[in-house]
Amino acid sequence: MSRSRKLTSGVKQSLPHDSAHKHVSGEALYIDDIPEPPGTLFAAFGMSEKAHAEITGINLSKAKAAPGVVAVAAAEDIPGDNNCAPVFGDDPIFAEALVEYVGQSIFAVAAETVEQARRAARLGRVTFKERKPVVTIDEAMAAKSFILPPYTMQRGQSSRALSRAKHRIQGRVEIGGQDQFYLEGHIALAVPQEDGDMVIYSSSQNPSEVQHLVAHALGLSSNAVTVEVRRMGGGFGGKETQPALYACIAAVLARKTGRPVKARVDRDDDMIMTGKRHEFVTTWDVGFDDRGRIEGIEFDLAARCGMSADLSLAICDRAMFHSDNAYYLSNVTIVSHRCKTNTVSNTAFRGFGGPQGMVGIERVMDEIAFTLGLDPLDVRRANLYGGKGRNITPYHMTVEDNVLPELFDELEKTSRYRKRRREIESWNRTSPVLKRGISLTPVKFGISFTTTFLNQAGALVHVYNDGSVHLNHGGTEMGPGLFVKVAQIVAEEFQIDVDRVKITATNTGKVPNTSATAASSGTDMNGMAAKNGARTIRDRMAAFAADMGGCRKAEVVWGYDAIRAGKKRFTFAELTKAAYLGRVQLSAAGFYATPKIHYDRDKATGRPFYYFAYGASVSEVMIDTLTGEYKVLRTDILHDVGESINPAMDIGQIEGGFLQGMGWLTMEELWWDKAGNLKTHAPSTYKIPAASDWPEKFDVRIFERGRNKEATIHRSKAVGEPPLMLAISVFSAIGDALAGACGHQISPDLNAPATPEEVLLTLEDMRARLSAGAGLAEAAE
Amino acid sequence: MTRNIPVSLEINGDPHDLRVALSDSILDVLRDQLQLTGAKRGCNQGVCGACTVLVDGRAVRGCLTNAAACEGEAVTTVEGLAEGLTLHPVQEAFVEAGAMQCGFCTPGMVLATAALLSENPTASREDVVQALSSNLCRCSGYQVIIDAALAALETGVEIGGEAGA
Ligand code: FES
Ligand code: FES
Repeated sequence: MSRSRKLTSGVKQSLPHDSAHKHVSGEALYIDDIPEPPGTLFAAFGMSEKAHAEITGINLSKAKAAPGVVAVAAAEDIPGDNNCAPVFGDDPIFAEALVEYVGQSIFAVAAETVEQARRAARLGRVTFKERKPVVTIDEAMAAKSFILPPYTMQRGQSSRALSRAKHRIQGRVEIGGQDQFYLEGHIALAVPQEDGDMVIYSSSQNPSEVQHLVAHALGLSSNAVTVEVRRMGGGFGGKETQPALYACIAAVLARKTGRPVKARVDRDDDMIMTGKRHEFVTTWDVGFDDRGRIEGIEFDLAARCGMSADLSLAICDRAMFHSDNAYYLSNVTIVSHRCKTNTVSNTAFRGFGGPQGMVGIERVMDEIAFTLGLDPLDVRRANLYGGKGRNITPYHMTVEDNVLPELFDELEKTSRYRKRRREIESWNRTSPVLKRGISLTPVKFGISFTTTFLNQAGALVHVYNDGSVHLNHGGTEMGPGLFVKVAQIVAEEFQIDVDRVKITATNTGKVPNTSATAASSGTDMNGMAAKNGARTIRDRMAAFAADMGGCRKAEVVWGYDAIRAGKKRFTFAELTKAAYLGRVQLSAAGFYATPKIHYDRDKATGRPFYYFAYGASVSEVMIDTLTGEYKVLRTDILHDVGESINPAMDIGQIEGGFLQGMGWLTMEELWWDKAGNLKTHAPSTYKIPAASDWPEKFDVRIFERGRNKEATIHRSKAVGEPPLMLAISVFSAIGDALAGACGHQISPDLNAPATPEEVLLTLEDMRARLSAGAGLAEAAE
Repeated sequence: MTRNIPVSLEINGDPHDLRVALSDSILDVLRDQLQLTGAKRGCNQGVCGACTVLVDGRAVRGCLTNAAACEGEAVTTVEGLAEGLTLHPVQEAFVEAGAMQCGFCTPGMVLATAALLSENPTASREDVVQALSSNLCRCSGYQVIIDAALAALETGVEIGGEAGA
């Protein structure tokens, strides 16, 4: 036992990932690594080849007769509800009368081997009567095809402010979607139990939801289904609602055959069948003064939701909540359209609509700057929240914790922004082909689920009578080190070394009714719930120690593996043993509900967020104006994580989030054809960033003065999602380089992702506009 | 497909006489027959590198490597890298640097790094970036992974013999 007098494995320590050793030695088990129970069958899926069609016939006799096939299931084989949707009940497990996207599941096969199942699935015959598909946002807007009603947020009088403003411009940006591309694809293993119960191993961020949906699909109540998740090979939101489909299919087949069934999804099928980040088309009309300060603005956000609602209501709302990003908008109207298209239903992806909202306003900042001939940084500064009467959001929440002015000061200095901008300008004047650009952009990201009731979490803590601790909570481990952070919190509470806290798989039988590990809230909520559970036990132990030592409970001194009560002294293990013999309960359920938050959706006012996380980044790029190719030369990041529970883990989140955002905005391109087929459904055609895409120079710092104003767990801040949006500086810097290539006389209509092709097209368009402008000017003379 | 082709392989130092199907990849054999699940099925089409194993010391894509064609070869998986309880220097460096989040890419990254170190013990940062660019990680910014690989290089351990043994 270590005898230093202070705990060195509690909070605010850069402890390694709890599974680090298991990961490097290959011992960490993902679901596909768990030894299959005897008799396990494998599932394969029969999918729609049409984006929009009536099903006129399903003939599965050949599939049923194929070698190795044990069962085939379609809609009529589902004992309970044919639904795996999270909120609105509109995602069938198997399509019945209508298919609404290419890849929609119609039936599934269970066979002795994966290969046999796949072959058999290809033998199912489905006939269709085709309908015209709606594929793009523009088509949906024209056809008035919406999955949910439009929604508006408003403050002040935007139209009056616009008509009075000295300067006024309009613009539009198309923002592409993104595949989550977790390295571990979707997978579920269903194992039948006695009484018709079912145990499901699911790669899911939301085991409770899988539990409820599987139970209802089987016609059971929730207590008959247990879902367990030890870890995922990445989730990023893609495993928030999407795992339910595969869990339900595995469960239905397992019920039908009485044997365990594993549904593992091929990479291509995964990309075709599962939802992605929403594409957006954002337009704006903005009025501003000579300094670039916005006086009035109207945003119109159209999102491709796909064939069902899934989480689109909350995602589109969050895009609106972040359409201000870090800026005070005095007179503002934001309108959101939720387009229904015959494409896969889009879903959660890190940032949950927030990133798309932010891209809009950041483009506005750049356009204002280019219009006025100002440095975009000065325009951003002029618009930041802060100053008298300038701290109310478009949804009427007061921003109370803004650190961006300070953060900007620091980052501007450490990145030498001003000096580099001057250098870049003179460099661009002499470089004919290569052009450079730089941009500093902020992130202000609201923390909490905007659906208020989801902001609750539970944990279960046991102390065994040898002084070891068993920890369980509703959060799932998908990589960011949630488990080790929560274990650190419990270690801190008990003042024992973290290796005495056993971290256990998320299991719906231990903690019920949990929310998804999402909205960056994993540590905030589960950490607090675990702390509360541990505190309950510690209080009981302290009261017992006080009795033993003949002192008051308040006089008990609880130190690192040393508890003193009057004249009595205990190690943690000694006190545990004594408390056990003294019949003290050493187990507790902890619970947490985030305080202060509320939101009236009908009025679009309230405080949907407990607090905001802040950050900023500066990126510099160099583009080749002949090929459109570019390179990120340098990125500097300064990010506020409050008082970090584990700085090493937080830095990992910042770097990974940034690169994922950069992938989204620069290289990851989803492309559908007119018939609604996703053409980029393989890793060979859909490129995610590789090691060589990392910026040549990179500097990341945690904002040292960071401290959460609110009483969050150890005053830390959530860090899962916000850093993704730091990558907007790369997108903006590419725009800056393009503007530089045209002598800063015209602004680029750059869309995301800014692939080399997009960069080149944008440049051509700019040059055409410039020469048309010159032509007009000549004609006018 | 029936497993009707006899293949003799040395896996992590132990001889194995196996029967494989013509279409089986070495990844299929390792995972499905031998329960060596350290090599991951990420994309199963040769792009992500999660399935990386060493065949005679060289890093290969397990999902693209035909098992029957490996007759007589020595295969090292991530499970075979450590010597008993002592981690291989590359594994040590990855733990030390905290070079993993979800961990799904980690075994592949570790083996790709081990192969690089044995082939080019004086690899520069650029060499490392180049060598690891065919292994995808969706969680990290690669920075920590590159740092871990460089740290392993710095320990200067010549592991070529070990890795292939
Ligand atoms: S699984 Fe082999 S390269 Fe992806
Ligand atoms: S750590 Fe998750 S893919 Fe690399």
